[in-house]
Amino acid sequence: MTEKSIMIVGVGGQGSLLASRLMGNVLLSKGYDVKVSEVHGMSQRGGSVVTYVKYGDEVFSPVIEKGEADVLVAFEQLEAARWVSYLKDGGHYLTSTQKIEPMPVITGAMKYPDEILEKIKEKGIDLIAVDALKLAEEVGNSKTTNVVMMGVLASKLDFPIEDWKNAIKECVPEKFYELNIKAFELGLLFSRQSES
Amino acid sequence: MKKLMLGNDAFARGLYEGGCKVVSSYPGTPSTEITEAVAKYNEIYAEWAPNEKVALEVAIGASIAGARAFSGMKHVGLNVAADALYTASYTGVNAGLVIAVADDPGMHSSQNEQDSRHHAIAAKVPMLEPSDSEETKEYVKLAFEISEQFDTPVLVRMSTRVSHSQSIVSLNSRVENGLKEYVKNPPKYVMMPAFARARHVVVEERTTKLIDFAETTKLNTIEINSTNIGVITSGISYQYAKEALGDKVSYLKLGVVNPLPEKLLMDFASKFEEVYVIEELDDIIETQCLKLGLDVKGKSLFGFIGELSQSIIADKILNTKKEFKSLEEMLPMRPPVMCSGCPHRGVFYSLSKLKLNVLGDIGCYTLGASAPLNAMDTTICMGASISSLHGFNKAIGENAEKKSVAVIGDSTFMHSGITGLINVAYNGSNSTVLILDNSITGMTGHQHNPTTGFNLKGDPAAKVNIEDLCKSIGIKRVRVVDPYNMKETEDAIKEELEVAEPSVIIARRPCALLKSIKHKPALKINKDKCKSCKMCLKIGCPAISMQDGKAYIDYTQCVGCGICMEMCKFDAIGGTN
Repeated sequence: MTEKSIMIVGVGGQGSLLASRLMGNVLLSKGYDVKVSEVHGMSQRGGSVVTYVKYGDEVFSPVIEKGEADVLVAFEQLEAARWVSYLKDGGHYLTSTQKIEPMPVITGAMKYPDEILEKIKEKGIDLIAVDALKLAEEVGNSKTTNVVMMGVLASKLDFPIEDWKNAIKECVPEKFYELNIKAFELGLLFSRQSES
Repeated sequence: MKKLMLGNDAFARGLYEGGCKVVSSYPGTPSTEITEAVAKYNEIYAEWAPNEKVALEVAIGASIAGARAFSGMKHVGLNVAADALYTASYTGVNAGLVIAVADDPGMHSSQNEQDSRHHAIAAKVPMLEPSDSEETKEYVKLAFEISEQFDTPVLVRMSTRVSHSQSIVSLNSRVENGLKEYVKNPPKYVMMPAFARARHVVVEERTTKLIDFAETTKLNTIEINSTNIGVITSGISYQYAKEALGDKVSYLKLGVVNPLPEKLLMDFASKFEEVYVIEELDDIIETQCLKLGLDVKGKSLFGFIGELSQSIIADKILNTKKEFKSLEEMLPMRPPVMCSGCPHRGVFYSLSKLKLNVLGDIGCYTLGASAPLNAMDTTICMGASISSLHGFNKAIGENAEKKSVAVIGDSTFMHSGITGLINVAYNGSNSTVLILDNSITGMTGHQHNPTTGFNLKGDPAAKVNIEDLCKSIGIKRVRVVDPYNMKETEDAIKEELEVAEPSVIIARRPCALLKSIKHKPALKINKDKCKSCKMCLKIGCPAISMQDGKAYIDYTQCVGCGICMEMCKFDAIGGTN
């Protein structure tokens, strides 16, 4: 098959590493060639964090560039706006509606942009917006927004749900397994309901 | 068995499979995870050393004793270890000695963008460069063999995108090769002038043999496609080139980047009308090609700065660009910040408020340079804060001494801050040094160091008492403050700047991200009491912002550290109701 590119963007600390590892785990079990590119070090400290997942018969560059992502998953609205240009024409855009103000907004040097989601839709982009933080809180832990978004993503990819659940089992500590499964299922359910 | 592995994890697997027995490293992005992953193999002795020079010397000792050994570091770490490397090149090895050096093109987490291939050339040691995780693992095993066959340390050059990308690796079993016999041999291992002169001859002969090896090794591969364009490349640049150019060009992929194979370069180049050299950072391969009289294009197209990518290569060679949509408006940037609850925050607020000159260092606290704290004047390299403060004060005198401080973390202090502090004490410098002791090596992702009381494997270890250490080298004024107590911290800084002798203030509070730290409940703004004065925003906490004209605390981020409560004059911030 031709190569597919999935990009996860968010704020350092929102759990994009775990999300990309879940995806890598699912893809490996399907026999694809896979590359997952992560961010470590200084950029992780509350900065804008980007993770790339690529799969297909043979993957070369681990990096996704402008106009190359088949699916873009954003954990935060401003980050959704920042990475719009990376989406391929006709690609899926999935975003959490959570807002986290960056330091230039906190210090008053700049304003958090208004109506981001509308502006993205105006570009003719197929955007699904989810209040992932609210769903995560329903599960009982605001830290599971990343896994909620993976549930949303799962509805857009043709992999068996069991594979995702196995990946969660492999990638999260046992005591958080049930919590994360619930978060994943809520995301999946939301996405399916919004389609019907 | 196949596994998805980070390049750094695959490196560790290669060390395991290659029969490595002793590992000593110092953390540094993007190299850190190699040694963390090695620590999980019980067959290998692994440790964190206080700095890269010590680490490499440990590995050299183990290699001479007869055990395959390894030391891993980032590009700037090899500068620290260079002294050991350049002479280990002369002594050669007994059992194989492999050194990882991880470059950071694009400076994702570094203070410069140096190309470590220069070290391989200058030290006259071979360097291999893998382009994905599977290659990394296999190259590491070959590196041990090359090391033993040619009697030389071998460098393996990693880069951020290889180190921090996961790709598929096939796992093999470990080769147990026992200890090589150690035989005393002063002419080989005692590098005093008479012996070293003889060894330099050996080194030059070795380079000739290594060039012959590079001509035929399977590490250098040729991929011919029906085309009149040839590309010479290595490492991650190969992956970018393959993605951009596919079978539109032919490739010479160099797995050995030092020394370079002269005949192979000439033979390959002679087959094509156009030849491109695609390499990140400096023009090492291109310079060699030009030296051989080959007509190649490289840096005139790609430049010396930052990372390459498939789109840059497609643009420069095929003249094609991808289409994309974008939003027109300027978006606020999101630079990295100190985490909520970071114990460094209060210290930097005090330094900013007192308008001091702050000679900084390498670590999370380098973020004290960012808005709104803006409290750092310099950051050079590991340990430079203390030594450069001494120079700064000696140059300006009393005017500087009363309003300048050095700021350094616990791990960086162990790495190379202590020598600077000895210099301060020894040369009677009236310098004020703040050691920000957050009980961990923070920026690289929580590694233990000699001040934490635990070793790499998490077992209890000897613990350096920073207060006693400072006193023992001749610093009489040593005090400890809690950086969550901003008044105490600020008063201590003011007092120590006033006294006419060297002093050390240890601001001690563990990193808020440590799993062992129990967070307090998130704080809340009492909107009736909030006067919208924005004092709480001045500490640059990512959890605090303004909403509907009043301060607001994001409860998903707040860890209840209470620094903002100290800022509020109207008692508007408190615990959750």
